Amino acid sequence: MTLNGWLQILLYCGIVLALVRPLGGYMFRVFSGERMFLAPVERAIYAVAGTRGEEQHWTRYAASLLFFSLAGILALYLLQRMQGTLPFNPQGLAGVAPDLAFNTAVSFVTNTNWQAYGGETTMSYLTQMMGLNVQNFLSAASGIAVAVALIRGFARRSASGLGNFWVDVTRTVLYILLPICIVGTLFLVWQGVPQNLAPYTVATTLEGAQQTIAQGPVASQMMIKHLGTNGGGFFNVNAAHPFENPTALTNLFHMVCIFAIGVGLTNVFGRFVGDERQGWAILATMGILFIIGVAVVYWAEAAGNPLIGTAMEGKETRFGVVGSALFAVITTAASCGAVNAMHGSFSALGGMIPMLNIMLGEVIVGGVGAGMYGILLFVIVAIFIAGLMVGRTPEYLGKKIEGREVKFAMLALLILPLMMLGMTAAAAVLPGAVSSVLNPGPHGFSEMLYAYVSAGGNNGSAFASLSANTPWYNLTLGITMLAGRFLMILPILAMAGSLVGKKAVPASDGTFPTHGPLFVALLVGVILVLGGLEFFPALALGPIVEHLAVMAGQTF
Amino acid sequence: MSHSQSASILDARILVPALGGAVTKLDPRKLAKNPVIFVVAVVTVLCTVLLVKDLATGGGGLGFTFQLVLWLWFTVLFANFAEAVAEGRGKAQAESLKKSRTDTEATLENGKKVPSTSLKVGDVVVVEAGEIIPSDGEVIEGVASVNEAAITGESAPVIRESGGDRSAVTGGTQVLSDRIVVRITAAAGSTFIDRMIGLVEGAERQKTPNEIALNILLAGMTLIFVFAVATIPSFAAYAGGSIPVVVLVALFVTLIPTTIGALLSAIGIAGMDRLVRFNVLAMSGRAVEAAGDIDTLLLDKTGTITLGNRQASEFRPVRGVTAEELADAAQLASLADETPEGRSITVLAKEKYGIRARDMGTLNATFVPFTAQSRMSGVDMGETQIRKGAVDAILKHVGSANSATGRGRAAAAEMEEVRRIGDEVSKAGGTPLAVVRDNRLLGVIYLKDIVKGGIRERFAELRRMGIRTVMITGDNPMTAAAIAAEAGVDDFLAEATPEMKLDLIRSEQAKGKLVAMCGDGTNDAPALAQADVGVAMNTGTVAAREAGNMVDLDSDPTKLIEIVEIGKQLLMTRGALTTFSIANDIAKYFAIIPAMFLAFYPQLGALNVMGLNSPESAILSAIIFNALVIVALIPLSLRGVKYRAVGAGALLSRNMAIYGLGGVVVPFVAIKLIDMAITSVGLV
Repeated sequence: MTLNGWLQILLYCGIVLALVRPLGGYMFRVFSGERMFLAPVERAIYAVAGTRGEEQHWTRYAASLLFFSLAGILALYLLQRMQGTLPFNPQGLAGVAPDLAFNTAVSFVTNTNWQAYGGETTMSYLTQMMGLNVQNFLSAASGIAVAVALIRGFARRSASGLGNFWVDVTRTVLYILLPICIVGTLFLVWQGVPQNLAPYTVATTLEGAQQTIAQGPVASQMMIKHLGTNGGGFFNVNAAHPFENPTALTNLFHMVCIFAIGVGLTNVFGRFVGDERQGWAILATMGILFIIGVAVVYWAEAAGNPLIGTAMEGKETRFGVVGSALFAVITTAASCGAVNAMHGSFSALGGMIPMLNIMLGEVIVGGVGAGMYGILLFVIVAIFIAGLMVGRTPEYLGKKIEGREVKFAMLALLILPLMMLGMTAAAAVLPGAVSSVLNPGPHGFSEMLYAYVSAGGNNGSAFASLSANTPWYNLTLGITMLAGRFLMILPILAMAGSLVGKKAVPASDGTFPTHGPLFVALLVGVILVLGGLEFFPALALGPIVEHLAVMAGQTF
Repeated sequence: MSHSQSASILDARILVPALGGAVTKLDPRKLAKNPVIFVVAVVTVLCTVLLVKDLATGGGGLGFTFQLVLWLWFTVLFANFAEAVAEGRGKAQAESLKKSRTDTEATLENGKKVPSTSLKVGDVVVVEAGEIIPSDGEVIEGVASVNEAAITGESAPVIRESGGDRSAVTGGTQVLSDRIVVRITAAAGSTFIDRMIGLVEGAERQKTPNEIALNILLAGMTLIFVFAVATIPSFAAYAGGSIPVVVLVALFVTLIPTTIGALLSAIGIAGMDRLVRFNVLAMSGRAVEAAGDIDTLLLDKTGTITLGNRQASEFRPVRGVTAEELADAAQLASLADETPEGRSITVLAKEKYGIRARDMGTLNATFVPFTAQSRMSGVDMGETQIRKGAVDAILKHVGSANSATGRGRAAAAEMEEVRRIGDEVSKAGGTPLAVVRDNRLLGVIYLKDIVKGGIRERFAELRRMGIRTVMITGDNPMTAAAIAAEAGVDDFLAEATPEMKLDLIRSEQAKGKLVAMCGDGTNDAPALAQADVGVAMNTGTVAAREAGNMVDLDSDPTKLIEIVEIGKQLLMTRGALTTFSIANDIAKYFAIIPAMFLAFYPQLGALNVMGLNSPESAILSAIIFNALVIVALIPLSLRGVKYRAVGAGALLSRNMAIYGLGGVVVPFVAIKLIDMAITSVGLV
C-alpha cells in the first residue's frame, strides 16, 4: 500500500461526496413531479403510452413493473435470436443460442448484466444498441422507480398511492439518465473510446501477425453501463479493455459514475422525509462498510501471495493495484459488475470482499435504486430489534414498524441466501455443473459460489475461469437473476404499500434518533450479522480456507 | 394480591411444578405455538431417531452423539421450563384470587335463593351485611360499606352506593353493613376475578401485535439459517468431506434464535404478572404493549396532580372590612357545610382568629345548601343571610339585590374589588370563594389547591421518557394555568367537559399519538374507550370499567406512570434478549465451523480462536452454552430489563453495550469455560 494509492482512494471519495447534494437535489425535483425542461416531450410520451400518470396502489405499481420487465425480456430475447437477419451486423454474427439468449435477456432486464458470452464475438451492433443498451437504461430506471416508490412509502402519510411507475421510469430516463449520458459519452469519446458502426479493423502487427481489432458504438454503452450500475461490457474483458477504459482518467470517471446515482438517492430519501440527516446517516453506514472493504482488498492485493508477492496477474498495468482494488470494491458494492481486473485472479481475501459485498445484498451504495431499497430493508430490521430496546413499538421516521413490515422485510431478505446458497449447493454436487469449474480446490468452489452470488445479487461480475455458457448455468443463473430481482422487489413494494397508509408519529424524547452515530453503528452491525453470518460456512470453505492454505504455502 | 407479596423468582413452590410443566409442554400442539422451539424439537426428534439407528447398527462415536442429543432435548425442555415458571408465578397469584371466588348463594329480588353460578346478566339480587356479593354488578339501590380486600388487598372498607360514580361492585367482595340491591353485569365465569385469573394464569393469553411481529422475525431468521446449514453437506461433498447430521443439527440449533424464542412467552406472561402485582388489571396484553408507546398522558387535576381537596388558606377582606369579620362570617356560612372545603374554612378561622365552632341550633340558624342553580351555600339566621360561593355567582346575586335597594356607587366599588381579589387568587392557582352578608360583600376566601409532593419530579421524568402530560380540570383557565405551572405539566385543558376530553384525545390521535388517560365516572366512559390506554378506577362506575382497557384496583391515578414503565419494560426485555440471542451467533460460529470442517480442511483450525480442546468438545460446548443460557436468562425475562427515563438515545447505547456487545463477548468466554469443564471431567 502506498500513500499515493490512499490519496487516489481519498480523491475518489471526495468527488463522490461532492456529488451527493447537487445530484440529490436535482433528482428530488424530478421525483417530486416538478415541471422540467422537456415537458412537451414528456407529455407526448404519456399520450403515446396511454397513461394519465395517476397514482398507483402498490399492486398496480408492481404489476406495471412486472409487465414492463416481461415485455423487455421478450423483446431482447427475440432480437438476439433474429440478429443474423437484421441490419447493423457488419461481422455477420449469427443468432444467439436459445439458452444464452434467455440468460442474456434476463440478465440485462434485471440490471445484472451477467455475460456468459463475449460481446465482440456474439452480439451484433443492433443487438448491443437496440437491445442491450436500451435495457441498460430501462432496468436502471425500473430500479430507481422502486426505490422512489419505497421512499414515498416512508414520506407520505395516510396515503394509498406510491406514485406512477410509467411516470417514474419516463422521468428517470428523460431527466436523469439521458442528459448525463449524452455529456458523459462525449467525454469518453474525447478520451479515446470508439463510437462507430464500422466493421472490425484487420491490422498487421509489428511481428507481422494479423490482428482483428473489434470496435463499434462503445462509448454510448460505456456511459450508461456505469451510471446505471449495469456493468455489461461491450467487449469480453469488460472495462479492462483499452477501448472501454483507455486511461486512468476514464477509470476514475467510470468509478464515479457507478456510485453517483446511488449516493444521490440517499439524499433524495433525506429530502423526501424532510430531514437530509436521515440520508446522510444511511450514506455514512454505506461509507464505513465501503472503506473497510477497500482497505482489506487494497491490503490483500498489495501484499499479494507469499509465494510470489504482489500479483499483477489479471490486473491492467495502467490501473495498477489501487485502481484495480478500488474498482473491484466499487463494482461489487454497487451491483454494477463491470470489472477492470479479473476478480478470480485476486488473492483469496481480495476476492472474498467483492463476494461478501454482493452477499450483503449490495447495500453499500448498491445498484441504482436497488441499493437504497436494499439498505432500507436492513434499516427496518435494525429499527425493529433496537427500537424495542428503548421501550416503544419500533418506529422509523414516524412510521411504526409492525408485523406486516417485518414480514415483508424478512421475505425480501430470505431470497438472497436461498438463491445464492441453494443454487451453489445444487451445482456443487452435479457433475455436469462441476465440470465447468477450471480450478481445483477451494478456489474452484469460490468460482461457482461467486457465479450464483453475482446472479442472485444482480451484480453480473464473474470470478472468471468458470465456463458459464452451458445450458445448466444459463438456465439456473437466469432463474437466480429473476428471483434475486423480482422476488425481492415484490415484498418491498408490498412493504411500501403498507407504510404509505400509516400515520406518522411525531418524534419525541422517547423516539430514538436515526441520524446519529449510534444508529449508524447499529445498522453496520445488523448488516454484517444478519446479512453476512449465513454465508460464513460457505466463505469458510471457499476464500477463507484458500487464504489460510496459501499463507501456509500450500497450492492447489 | 398485594404489593407485599413479593414472589421470589427461585421459589421452590413454583419451580418444582414447573419441572413437570416443562415435560407436559412437549405436546406437539403446544410446541407448535412457538415456531423456533418447535423447529428445535423437530430436529431433536430426528437426531434421536438417528441415535437409535446408530445404537442398533453399532456406529462409532455414540457417546458424543448421545450427549449432543441429550442437550438438544434439554434445549427444548429449558424453553418449556421458562414458560412454565412464568405461568407458575401467575398461577400462584391466581390461587389467592380463587379463594375469593367460593360459590355463594344469591338472593334474588323476590327472595328466592339461587347459586351464584346460575346468575345471568341483568338479574337483580339483594345483598345484606355479612354476605358476599355473588357477581360483578352495579348498585341500583341503597348504600353499603364493602370490604374489597379480596381484590385490592386493602382492608379498609369502601362505600358503594347507587347513582354517582361509586356504584360498581365486584363479585367476591363482602358487604359489611347495610343492604344493597345489585343488578348483575357479568355472568358466572366472566367476572372481573375470573378474567383476572385467566390472564395471570396465561390461559387466555393471546399473542400481542409486537410479539407476533417478533415471531415473524425469528421465524425468518430460522429459515435463513435453514438455508445456511442445509447447503453445507453439498459444499462439504465438493471439498471431499462429509459431516454427521447431528453436528449439522447442533450448528443449526445454536445459530437460530433459540434464546429469545424460548423466553418470548415467559416475557409476555411476566409483563402481565408485573402489572397485576401493581394491582392493575389489564384486559389484554395489547393494552400493556400500547402503554409503552404512550405519547400523551391525560391526567385529571383533582386527586392526581393535587390532593383531592382544596383547603382554605387565607381570608382576603374588601376595604373597610377586617379579616376577622370576614372569617367570622365565612365560618358561620360553613358550619353546616360538610364538604372538605367547608371544613377547612372553619379550621382556618379557628387557627388564625380563634373563632370557635358554634352550634347551629343555638344560633337558630338554618343551612342553605349548595345547588347547581344558585352555586352558593350559606346560612340564614333570622334576618341575617350569609352566603359564600363562586365569585361570579355571588356577584350576580349581589348585583340583582343591589339594583333593588339602589346602594349604587359603593356597591359597584366593592364588586370591582372582589372581582380583582378573585382574579388574583385565580392567577395564583387558588379558587376564590366570595362571601356576602346581607348583600354586603365582605371579601374572598382563598381556597388553595395543594399540589402533591413529588409530582413535579414525576412529570419531569415523564418528559424525559418523551411523554407529554396534559392536565384536565374543571377550573377556569387562569387557575388551571397557575396549577399547571406549579405541577410542571406540559399543557392543560381548563373548564373541561367530557366532550372536550374526547375531542382532545381524538385530535392527539389524529396527529399519530397514542393517548392514555384514567377516569372513574360514567361521563369518562367515551374518553376511556377512545383512549389507547384507558385506566378505569376500581371505585368507578361499571360504565367506566367496561370502557377502559385496564382497571386500577387501588384507584390511584398516578399509577399510569408505572403502567407506562411496565409496558416499556416488556418491549425492552424482548429487544434486549433478541439482540443478545443474535449477537451470540458470532462466537458459536467460531466454535463449530472449524470443528466441523477440520477433518478435510485442517487449515480452518486457525479459526478456533477460543482454543477449544477438540472438535467434539467445541461442538458440545456450544450446544451446552446454548441450552444453559436459556435457564440463566429466565430471571431476567421474568424481572424485565430495567427502564430508566434517560432519553431514547442514552437508553439504546446502554442496552446495546450490555446486550449487543455483551452478547458478542459472553459466549466466547462461556463456551471456553464449558469446554475446559467438560474436557476436565472427561465427557469428551
